[in-house]
Amino acid sequence: MKKSLFDQGYLDEQFYQLEELQDEVSPNFVEEVVTLFFRDSTRLVTNIDQALEKRPQDFRKLDACMHQLKVSASSIGAAKMKNECTSFKEFCGKESLEGCIRSFQKLKKEHSTLRTKLENYFQLLRQVGPVEKAVRSGK
Amino acid sequence: MVEAWKESSMGRGGEQTDQFPVGMRVLAVDDDPTCLMVLEALLRRCRYHVTTTNQATVALKLLRENRDKFDLVISDVHMPDMDGFKLLELVGLEMDLPVIMLSVNGETKTVMKGITHGACDYLLKPVRIEELKNIWQHVVRRKFGHRDYGVFDNREDSENHQTFCNEGAQGLNISELPKQNGNLCRKRKDRDDEDDDDFEETVLENEDPSTHKKPRVVWSIDLHRKFVAAVNQLGIDKAVPKRILELMNVDKLTRENVASHLQKYRLYLKRLSAVASKQASLVAALGGSESSYLHMGSLDGFMNFQAFTTSGQLPPLTSLQQSGVIGRANTSGMGLCRHSSSELVQAGHINNTRIPTNDLIRSEGVNLHRNQHGSLLQGIPTSLELEHLQPKRVQEANCELLGGFPGNGLPNGNPHSSYVSATSNALMLQTLQQKTHSSGFVNHSSTRTLPISSDSFHVNAGSSSQIPDLARCNNTWQCAPLNGYTSNNSSASSLTNDYLVKSTNKFPVSQRSNNYPNVSSAIRPPLQDPFIVRDGQNQACSSSGQTMVRPTNADGETKVINFSSACNSKQRLEPKENNISDHDVMFTSFSSSTLLNNFMIDPVSGNQSMSNSHHNKTMDQNIISHTHAIPSSLPQNCNIDKSDSDGFLKVKYNLQGQKLQRGIGGCSLDDIVSSVIKPEGDEISFAECDSGFDFYHRGACL
Repeated sequence: MKKSLFDQGYLDEQFYQLEELQDEVSPNFVEEVVTLFFRDSTRLVTNIDQALEKRPQDFRKLDACMHQLKVSASSIGAAKMKNECTSFKEFCGKESLEGCIRSFQKLKKEHSTLRTKLENYFQLLRQVGPVEKAVRSGK
Repeated sequence: MVEAWKESSMGRGGEQTDQFPVGMRVLAVDDDPTCLMVLEALLRRCRYHVTTTNQATVALKLLRENRDKFDLVISDVHMPDMDGFKLLELVGLEMDLPVIMLSVNGETKTVMKGITHGACDYLLKPVRIEELKNIWQHVVRRKFGHRDYGVFDNREDSENHQTFCNEGAQGLNISELPKQNGNLCRKRKDRDDEDDDDFEETVLENEDPSTHKKPRVVWSIDLHRKFVAAVNQLGIDKAVPKRILELMNVDKLTRENVASHLQKYRLYLKRLSAVASKQASLVAALGGSESSYLHMGSLDGFMNFQAFTTSGQLPPLTSLQQSGVIGRANTSGMGLCRHSSSELVQAGHINNTRIPTNDLIRSEGVNLHRNQHGSLLQGIPTSLELEHLQPKRVQEANCELLGGFPGNGLPNGNPHSSYVSATSNALMLQTLQQKTHSSGFVNHSSTRTLPISSDSFHVNAGSSSQIPDLARCNNTWQCAPLNGYTSNNSSASSLTNDYLVKSTNKFPVSQRSNNYPNVSSAIRPPLQDPFIVRDGQNQACSSSGQTMVRPTNADGETKVINFSSACNSKQRLEPKENNISDHDVMFTSFSSSTLLNNFMIDPVSGNQSMSNSHHNKTMDQNIISHTHAIPSSLPQNCNIDKSDSDGFLKVKYNLQGQKLQRGIGGCSLDDIVSSVIKPEGDEISFAECDSGFDFYHRGACL
């Protein structure tokens, strides 16, 4: 399953790094990080939503918010999200509200998709239990 | 090399030195919780000891509390509460720790900004563990000074680095560089930019001016002195880099160099004032001589200096460093101080022109026992030294303390001797600290005992000559109790400390050597120097009484009279924070209070050994001359009349009032002066001091 996540481009190398960091000391590291990410990113997404609503648009603020989101996304390896963030920022740069809104919609979609997929992923891992390592490598 | 380094880093965490880089203490700052968590995990995986915070302000606080607690700082660029670059600058300025920047943004100009602000390295997010595995090299490199070490990647250069390099190359026209440089580009990009002198120079030659690469400027004491002089002349408020540059008239110095130095200086002054107030409070708290130990804290500042100064001008600093370390320990201050002092003494060589540290230390040592402060003083000399080396670096501790009395040698050596010893250190430090950035150094006199805040140092210098006597008298300048500095914690102080230390370093404690013209007792009134008017805070002189009078050694460096707070009456030297516009009197935080205290303390202790009258005269003259010497650095307005009668030094400080005043928020100078001059409650007529020093503590001290 993980492989499919990677193949589809949802996750990238960074995610591997995170998994590398998981060990006996922090056995649920990846899950913790991902959970933290989603918690934080949801907040950021809401912020951006609100900022988008405002008129006139403050593109700089939008850019800043999106920057934060981008940083978060890249640190867990959420590739697709990161790309969307980049394109959103581009639209901000061009001050194209339309573009921003469109991009943001996509972003939100990616965000929830990723969340779902990862949740499933972790659930699977939990089910597999101690064997997960083996399973994971097999995936 | 690592061994040597380990040895020198006595003060550091034990584990770290034994197994370095394992256990290297990293402070990670990032506002994004996800990133922070990942970063922490990565760092732990590298077996570093990690502390995290998501706020830059908290990070600064942690660092200021104990600079020695961390080896390296990693920080994000984009943070809500403080700009990453700003944090970078502050850390570099105050603590001189290597800082690595992190960002998602890898644009050349952003990276450039990071490097020019002093970052050791700039990593792109998401950070890879391979990159983190190499960061310890920055710590080592810094320890060993500016040697040309590169980051030796044992792995293939990461793409990131490659990208960086390429980007950089494009931005800097590196392609034009000689092939060798080009090849090294990758590595160089990783390296501590400080080590990139060659590279930068080469780049400078080849690239067009718009790329902003400049050879690294080393701010020597002389240079700093000139700088402070220029700033004082212009007035801290009006000092603009361009004008400063013109006044300084130094070849090959660019406006940008001056601008960044000015920025640091300002921060330093601010810190001083903060420290001063802190010290004051500390002093108050400590009440006793121990306050000098506050200075010890400052010692740390010095120590840092030392570390940095390694390549710097003060070789001896290293020794100081050690002592500094000790100083930092601030253990009871006394013990440490002494130790540090002794070390300082050993550092002896530090003094090139410096105040004969040895002498000082010795004397201080003696005094030390007297005054606990002594120890502080010890620290101070170091700081002084350090100052010298790293004008800026002296972080809080040392500078501040010493800075106070640049050379003010209220070298009352005598009365205060006892104090002085203890305080002397402080004073010394203070003097050093006197941010005489410029002045301090200007003091040219080797004794710059305390380059009191750069400018103030001048005073010191000036006074130093005067102080030499002091030095003689007491040698006590004993470590001006870095009392003030212990408050290093206060960020402000740290700043000032830096300056002070820096400046103070200029004044080698060891200066004593010849120049003590009557310094002996002279509390060098010209507190002018010592009174480092700290920005803002000067008001609260931490009177830890540790004024270190640094006998300005032959060089007449301002002797910092450290009157160790022997007088427990810790007079609060109000750190005159004034942005030391004149900087002349920089009572670096420690210092202000300490200085005053020191001086005052002496009176209290009745050590009026200083032949006040005698010295006074000298001092006065010195001061005056000194003050003059220091362009406006000294608040000349204060005339401290030394009363001979009681042996109180009534130093006539002709402080260029404005200057001082400006610099000094309150009349810290006065306080200091009064304290100094007035041994035991003498009434030092500071009436003249415009600086409005509130010699409030005078009475208290005495």
